[in-house]
Amino acid sequence: MSTANGNKQKGGFLAGTANYLDERVGVAGILKTFGRKVFPDHWSFMLGEVALYSFLVLLLSGTFLTFFFQPAMTPVIYDGIYGPLKGAHMSVAYASTIDISFEVRGGLLMRQVHHWAALLFVASAGLHMLRVFFTGAFRKPREINWIVGFALFVLGMAGGFTGYSLPDDLLSGNGLRIIDGMIKGVPVIGTWISSLLFGGEFPGHGIVARLYSLHIMLIPALILVFIAIHLFMVVIHKHTHYSGAGKRDDNVVGYPLAPVYVAKAGGFFFIVFGVIMLVAATFTINPVWNYGGYDPSPVSAGTQPDWYIGFLDGALRLTPSHLEVMLGNYTLSLNVLIPMVVGVLFLVVAALYPFLEAWVTGDKREHHVLDRPRNAPTRTAIGAAGVVFYAVLWAGAATDLIATNFRMSLNQVLLSLQIALIILPIAAYIITKRLALSLQRKDREIVLHGRESGRIVRLPHGEYVEVHEEIDEYTRYKLVDFVNYQPILARPNARGKITIRGRIRASMSSWFFEDRVTPVTPAELKAAHSDTKELH
Amino acid sequence: MKQNLKNARRSPWSAIAVILAGLILTGSGFVAATASTSAASDSPYTASQVDQGHKLFLSNCASCHGKNAEGTANAPSLYGVGAASVLFQVETGRMPGAISGPQLEVKPVQFKQSDIDAMAAWVASLAPGPSAPTAAYLAQKGDASRGGQIFRINCAMCHNAVGAGGALTGGKYAPALTHTSAAHIYEAMITGPQNMPVFSNSDLTLTDKTDIITYLQAVQTNPSIGGFDLGNLGPVVEGLFMWIFMLGGLVLLTMWLGAKSN
Repeated sequence: MSTANGNKQKGGFLAGTANYLDERVGVAGILKTFGRKVFPDHWSFMLGEVALYSFLVLLLSGTFLTFFFQPAMTPVIYDGIYGPLKGAHMSVAYASTIDISFEVRGGLLMRQVHHWAALLFVASAGLHMLRVFFTGAFRKPREINWIVGFALFVLGMAGGFTGYSLPDDLLSGNGLRIIDGMIKGVPVIGTWISSLLFGGEFPGHGIVARLYSLHIMLIPALILVFIAIHLFMVVIHKHTHYSGAGKRDDNVVGYPLAPVYVAKAGGFFFIVFGVIMLVAATFTINPVWNYGGYDPSPVSAGTQPDWYIGFLDGALRLTPSHLEVMLGNYTLSLNVLIPMVVGVLFLVVAALYPFLEAWVTGDKREHHVLDRPRNAPTRTAIGAAGVVFYAVLWAGAATDLIATNFRMSLNQVLLSLQIALIILPIAAYIITKRLALSLQRKDREIVLHGRESGRIVRLPHGEYVEVHEEIDEYTRYKLVDFVNYQPILARPNARGKITIRGRIRASMSSWFFEDRVTPVTPAELKAAHSDTKELH
Repeated sequence: MKQNLKNARRSPWSAIAVILAGLILTGSGFVAATASTSAASDSPYTASQVDQGHKLFLSNCASCHGKNAEGTANAPSLYGVGAASVLFQVETGRMPGAISGPQLEVKPVQFKQSDIDAMAAWVASLAPGPSAPTAAYLAQKGDASRGGQIFRINCAMCHNAVGAGGALTGGKYAPALTHTSAAHIYEAMITGPQNMPVFSNSDLTLTDKTDIITYLQAVQTNPSIGGFDLGNLGPVVEGLFMWIFMLGGLVLLTMWLGAKSN
């Protein structure tokens, strides 16, 4: 500590600096509060971190790209060093993308880093959402943070798509044309919105510059704000933890942020950065120079969007194409409207699920201990059905590649996926629910009668029995610590009437909790153990 | 006055005379034209090649194409398909076809080059048709950039912008052009094999064809500049690669990090 008369400090440069900062901005207080924040340890808690770090990589590599990219659609004749395009007519945007790839030092690497990181950002955010969903981490008090995270996922998709369209090459132009078609499919306002967006008839002269503004200003700014809110709420709510001895809804068990997690998270950032760099340096992504500049007349076979838009493209492909209705002089393109509505509905249901479940359970308590997926069979089954539905739509975006690479008929692939889109989610729901219930029964069995030891003992009267080893208390804790919800009955309200709302809620509740396996109670455990003793 | 003029100009025989003259002109023109093409396509082959080709045809192809190459319910007539068709189909192994399916598959070549040439000679002798390309078209001295543009406008909707191939209806497909030789690209354009349309010299001029060949050969020989190209199949493969290897690898790493602390 320094003294009033300015004695020379002891403890060297680091301590001196720390003290200097503490006296001016109060670092010690901040570090005390944040450094002592406790985080539980589990690999699945690091998936969101992957998204955060890939976003940092996106910011860094994206800034580099803005130094050289020119978002203009002014036509030029290419005169760069790439031979197969020499003399070709193209836009300034495409030409500058080619120049970044071939003439800017490190430009191609940065483009590939940016693109791979973008794919990883949305994917890791999606995987993180799945973890949150299947462990019930969205329950009170974290419903709002689920919405914030959901907004981040959608913003990631928006950021990705606006970026995908910037190079103004044939592939992205075809993608933009599909978006234009979807917008024009919206009744009444579609044509006007398209005209507004593209500044006239597609492709117009301004779309690249407009998408660029969104891509480098509005969307990343929103993502940053939402990330800040997301992390701030994690601090407010504290982190969830998996059930175990001593882990309750009113505590967090884990290690402090400083020094354990600062070191761990810092190291993990470089691991993520390293993986992205390694892949970007060895695997090519979006080789735009192969595709040629955009020209509205050519449409390439095998045109696909990046993976996160794939489910919407798949929805378009899987919808029967003849669904057009003529209303007088107007065409209602149901073949475009249905996939849009289905895609948007899917996202809306995913966003609102926490509120739906909270309403069905009627549970107003705070939950900080995570569910094992098997202990919420209906939620897990709904999640599995959603994942399968999304996956079939996603596969739908690759129908042509599946057909050519696996030697199948395109028509048969389409038909199979159309059937799969209806059948597989239902099958996934039923199978997952049964599996979860069976696993719960297995857990019950283990708690009550112990684990099969594989040791066969012959009793004095000749009977053979397998010895079951009793499990230790810590393991038992994990197997019995879950909420035992029961179906809510529709009850008359204060005026003695059963409302429709009440009826719906009751039927939803019985759908969720009619089939259930209850956790082992202490009494059951005691009874089971006295049985075992008698047997021996 | 109008009536008078008409009467003065036309005798009843004039119409017949005009039609006759027209017929003679087009007829002799057609004869001249076909004579010149058949002469051109006949010239590269000797009579013994034609003979040998006929024998090979009878023992290998006649069961489907008919003894006189007149075609059957299973296979088309070969009159007028020219040497180019034979060279394309047999040199790529598509003919003789292994099974009847939506489309003939590429497979190992079944004949020696001299036998293929002989069969081409015999088919060419049946009726005039497209002949094998001369070396000038295959020299790849065209304008690759222009060829790319023409390729994207005319070919990319089936063969994909980088020639990676694409799906057609009912199990048919446009094959990848990543290993196709210059001669086969040319022959495919002028003969329109299987589901491919014919690109005659009035659709794509010889210069256009040369440019396309130059472009495709440039794409084939250019190394993948940004690293491994993952089959050049675009975003689907990129997405799968990212999910399986990048995110999959990172999940394994998180498990490793999580396990260390326990």
